[in-house]
Amino acid sequence: MAELIVTNIETVPGKRIVKHLGMVSGNTVRSKHAGRDIMAGFKNVFGGELKGYTELLNESREEATDRMRQQALAIGANAVVNVRYSTSSVAAGASELFIYGTAVVVE
Amino acid sequence: MIDLIIFLVLLSLGYFFGSWNEKRHFKSIRERESKFRPLKVIGSRRVPEKYTEVESTVVGGSVVISIDYFKMISASLRNFFGGRVSAYETLVERARREAILRMKEDAASWGAQVIFNQRIETASISKGAKGQIGAVEVYAYGTALRSTKSSVASPVAV
Repeated sequence: MAELIVTNIETVPGKRIVKHLGMVSGNTVRSKHAGRDIMAGFKNVFGGELKGYTELLNESREEATDRMRQQALAIGANAVVNVRYSTSSVAAGASELFIYGTAVVVE
Repeated sequence: MIDLIIFLVLLSLGYFFGSWNEKRHFKSIRERESKFRPLKVIGSRRVPEKYTEVESTVVGGSVVISIDYFKMISASLRNFFGGRVSAYETLVERARREAILRMKEDAASWGAQVIFNQRIETASISKGAKGQIGAVEVYAYGTALRSTKSSVASPVAV
């Protein structure tokens, strides 16, 4: 994948923004599989980190970010500034990850 | 009768393993926090002028932490009487500090010098309804900066 800078502040430090191209976003909805759910059920007695869920959410977040990157590259951007992440549970057992930002061209 | 025994076994398992787990986790959090202290996190969105020859990227860290059986019961009792739910307070605190640490680890492995505009996102995986998994997810993210000059190294070596 081509070089694309992503920041969550309004600028790209050390570079000047020459053109704004508008919002880009990426999302994914994932659900956990039954095996993970059973393991998590055990964990619910003892407490502690649910590694399976952490991995699952990290994967989904990466996928959402990738979609945003592809959208940004498709409109000719070389950076995305001011990105925000948001998580919401759509239905029981499924959660949506959404990432959005402003595509820009920097020098 | 059997139900009561199962309940008491679950309760004591939750209490002993849960508090042991939590103590161990807090210890590890404190150790790693002192290790990563030199890597500064700044809440401001504006990057000072002195950072001119830099590269930047988004770094992040996330964690999902589940409640234990004892906490669940004590919280539901609390729900009846009202007041501070300290069982959940430590749960969320643990998750948040862990997520920030993971973000810092991510940044340090990239060679960051400083992190700007840290944001924390908290989501509950389920609301703790019957037969559901009660867990909290925390995602911490920010913009990491590193110098393009090779002479300036990251404050934390990984």
